[in-house]
Formats: sequence, structure tokens, C-alpha cells
Amino acid sequence: METASQGRVQQHGIVGMSPGAYARVLIFFLAPAVLVYTLFSVYPLLDTIISSFYSKQNDGSYVYNGVANFVTLLTDPTWSAPFWNAFINNIKFFLIHMLVQNPIGLLLAALLSLPVLRFRTAYRTLIFMPTMLSVVIIGFTWQLILSPLWGIAKMFLQAFGLGFLFGPWLGEESTALITISLISVWQFVGIPMILIYTALLAIPDELIDAATVDGLNQFQAFFHVKLPLIWPTIGLVSVLTFVNNFNAFDLIYAMKGALAGPNFSADIMGTLFYRVFFGNQLQLGDVSMGATIATMMFLIILCGVMIYLFLIQRRLQRYAF
Amino acid sequence: MRKPVSAFAVHAVLALYTALALFPIILVIMNSFKAKRAIFNTPLTPPMPWNFDPIGYSKVFGDSAIATYYMNSITVTVGTIFLTLLFGAMAAWALTEYKFRWNTALAIFLSIGIMVPIRLGSVSIIQLVSDLNLINTLTALILVYVAQNLPLAVFILSEFIQQIPRDLREAGRCDGLSEYNIFFYIILPLLRPAMATVAVFTMIPVWNDLWFPLLLAPTGGKQTITLGVQQFLGQYITDWNAVLAALSTAIIPVLVLYVIFSRQLIRGLTSGAVK
Repeated sequence: METASQGRVQQHGIVGMSPGAYARVLIFFLAPAVLVYTLFSVYPLLDTIISSFYSKQNDGSYVYNGVANFVTLLTDPTWSAPFWNAFINNIKFFLIHMLVQNPIGLLLAALLSLPVLRFRTAYRTLIFMPTMLSVVIIGFTWQLILSPLWGIAKMFLQAFGLGFLFGPWLGEESTALITISLISVWQFVGIPMILIYTALLAIPDELIDAATVDGLNQFQAFFHVKLPLIWPTIGLVSVLTFVNNFNAFDLIYAMKGALAGPNFSADIMGTLFYRVFFGNQLQLGDVSMGATIATMMFLIILCGVMIYLFLIQRRLQRYAF
Repeated sequence: MRKPVSAFAVHAVLALYTALALFPIILVIMNSFKAKRAIFNTPLTPPMPWNFDPIGYSKVFGDSAIATYYMNSITVTVGTIFLTLLFGAMAAWALTEYKFRWNTALAIFLSIGIMVPIRLGSVSIIQLVSDLNLINTLTALILVYVAQNLPLAVFILSEFIQQIPRDLREAGRCDGLSEYNIFFYIILPLLRPAMATVAVFTMIPVWNDLWFPLLLAPTGGKQTITLGVQQFLGQYITDWNAVLAALSTAIIPVLVLYVIFSRQLIRGLTSGAVK
């Protein structure tokens, strides 16, 4: 190896290459990615955060006014009511995913990872299928199924003698958000399933064998041996769910439009952001307030990621296997 | 060894959930081929000669530019994947292979985008795109999607490049190959499996995205299929034949591709499940 010094990469350069040529190599490889990423991702994000500290004057110019936009958003009733409504709805949206989607994903992954299971690939492939489809398609499909006009959902409930439970779930203030959340759960359950399934497969068989030799049955082996080993993955699934849920928009827009009706009962941060920024039947678009809401979303997502990195990730260290 | 969880119970749960996952999709596709009366009276019967009616499809293909929308989606997705892989692999190579002062800082800078959704910068993206005169162009969509997908691509490809034996590049350098040739002729071909993983991660969200097409290319025949179907459905909301046919038109190609590539796709997801 020592003789190959001619071509070795050294500190700040390659032997036999002038500093200028080395810089050209670096620029050639790095410039495209760095330029596109900076211009279309980092710059817009920073610019949005900066815009949230400015407000539009009557002459159309923008003037710095500190945190006034945030104060307005959080205290002025015309802004704070929709904001807190969307924020609390978004928390409900997230909690439904955490309490329904991720446990179902865990259950399916646990079953799929059982040894000697027939049709494993078929189950895995088919259950993951809805995740592949566009949210728009899923939204409309469920709208049709739940529609009283078509009556599919009602027919199914009646078959089990539960016909009285049926109602226009998507149209009622009290049930619209829960219904949409469950549709989203139905579509995306494949993601926690696949992530947890992968983690379960990575657990060495000897550990499970040892546990069964010690007299644990399958359930005990799962809860006492496997589950503790996949906590890091469950932490990762949780933070992904958090980021995706607080960034969600498509499903509610596709099913309910920008007004996220009835009476904003399904409004979440993403739809509020869209409505404020672009305007709608009720109000004109507002760039500063749109940027302010986007910045709030950024802070919320940042909090979630930080909690994950500093509390969960640190305690669990890196992946154990 | 004790009797494990009853195999029957396991299959019952999995089969039931599979049915729940597939039922809505099958129901829509099935009914899209039926006459209106049959859709409402016997929704659970498959299409048969006596209830067959392709009226919905003739509306979808007659009234809307669905073929154009498909081409738009294909252009955007393929363009995004190509540029993400090329730029991502180049950057990943430079960051893992070369030593320079800002190496670590640049790697951290690029990885911010893995966790922060680009959507939050939309207010400024739309301003930027309109300043560049790119509103209602597919170029705008491609550039935004490349920026969105580069961080994860660089991350996955870097991990992979680190596993390529050092001797390969040293040998190339000894043979007098330039750095450019080492990358394009030695490294890039070796990256193929990792690139497949990145392509999978890139493809699905780009194809299905509604947000950026709505913001950046909502009109002018530059809609992607996802947005095009959304607009079509809004117009024809009461015409069930047309709605079911439009939904099926959007579902079927994705399902066919999925069934063909599901093995690679799931392998990609499980091997690259680091996001």
C-alpha cells in the first residue's frame, strides 16, 4: 500500500494534482447538488422564516415589525381561533395515527415475522398496496364508499346488524376529522409495518431460541425479548408519523377542499397554511401570515425532531444491531 | 416446544386485514366497468356481459387531457429520479472520498433536508419560481423535487460508497485515470443497487404529490396525473361512471407497476429503512 502513494487522497488534495485542479474536481462534483438544494430548499425555508417577521404596508412594501405577526396569530381572535383549532385538530390527527396506525402496524409486522408463515410475501405486498396510491385517489374512493348515496358502508353495517350506527360521517362536525384520520391510517399502515418488520427480521434467531428454551411462549418472547429490541424503530416510526402528520395536507384538501369543512372541523396546519397563503372565498391571500404559519409549523416539527433526537435517541443509543 | 400461536388465527387476522386493504380498490375498479344502474343496485357483483358499460372511460379519455397528464407525470418523475441520482451520487462521492475544509459542515448542511419538509418553504418557492419565469412548467416541479430528494439520496449513497473497497479507486488512480473517469466508469456502475433504493424513495412521493403541482403548475396542460384527476373529479363529481373510471385510470397503471416491481420495492424499503 505504501508504494501506491502516487494516487492517494491526502489531506487537502491528491498527490500529483495542483490545488487548482483539486478545487475544480470538488466544484464539479459538489456544485450541482449544493446549488439546487440551496436555491430550492434551504433558501426558500430561510426566506419564509424571515418573511414571517415582515408585514405588508398599504403601499405594497414589506416592513420589518419583529414578532408582531406571531403575536397576532396567537392573540388576535380572528387569527388565534383558527390557529388553535387547526393545531388541536392536528394533535388529534397525530394521536389517532399513534394509537391506531402504529399498533396495527406493529401487530401486522409481528405476525408477518413469525417463523414458517405461508403466503408471507403475498400478505406483505397486498397490505402495502394502498400506501403506493395517491392520497387523492384514496380520498375519493373512501368518499364514494362512505357516501349514503351509494350505501356500501351502510350495507356492511346492516349485514352485522349495526345499520343504526351509519351516518354521514364525513359531513358531520363531530366525526369528519376522526373519519379522515382513520382513512389516512388505512392508507399508511404499510409504512410502520415495513419498518418494524425489517427491525424484527434483524433480531438474531438465537435470542428467540434461547427465550423459548427458557420456557417463554411466543407472546412472552415477543413482549420480553423482541419488543425491547425494536424500541429504536418504534421511536423512529413515531417521529416520522409526527413529521408527516404536522405536514399533512393532501388528504383533507382532496376530500374536503381548502375550507376543511364542515365549519373547519377537519382543518389542520397544512390546510390552514394553504388557505391563509393563497386565500379562498372568505379572505384574500396573505404572504406574511402564510409565512408566519409555515414558521410555526417549522417550529412544531423541529420540537418533535429535537425531542426524538435528545430524549429518545440518546437514551436508546444507536441501533443495537 | 410449546404450540405456537394458532396458525389459523394468524392467517385469519392477516387475511382479514388484506381484504380490508384491497376491498376499496377492487370495488372501484370493478364498478368502473358497469352501467350506472348496476353500480347502485348491485355494487358487489363483478362486471358481467349484462351489466358491462365502458361509458365512464369514454368520458375520461374523451373530455380530458388524461394522456397529456400521464406524460407530464412520467416526465417529472423520470427527470427527478435521473437528476437526483446523478447529482446525489456526485455529491456523495465528493463528500466521502475527498478531504477538504468544509467537508463535515457541508454534509450536515445537506442532511437538514432529510427531516425538514421542503413544503414549509412554499411561500418563497412560488416567488422564486415566478421570478425565474417557470410557473406552469415541468422544469419547476423537477427542480423542487430534486431539491427535496437530494438529502436522503446523498445520505444513502454515501453509506454505500463507504463500503466500496478503497483499492478499486487507488488502482484507477495508479492507472492514470482522472478523478472524473474514476467516478463515472468505476464508482457509478457499482452504485446501481443503492440507486435502485433511492429511486424507489423518490418515485412514489413525486408521482403522488398534489401540493407542488397545485402551487407551481396548476393550469396550462402542465398538470400531473394526480392533479389532473383531482380537477376532473371535482368537475364530474355527480357522474359516477366518469368518477369511477377516472379513479381506475389513475389506479391501474400504478398497481401493474407495483405488482411487477413489488419485490425490488419492498427490498429497497427494507434495506434502506434508515430515513
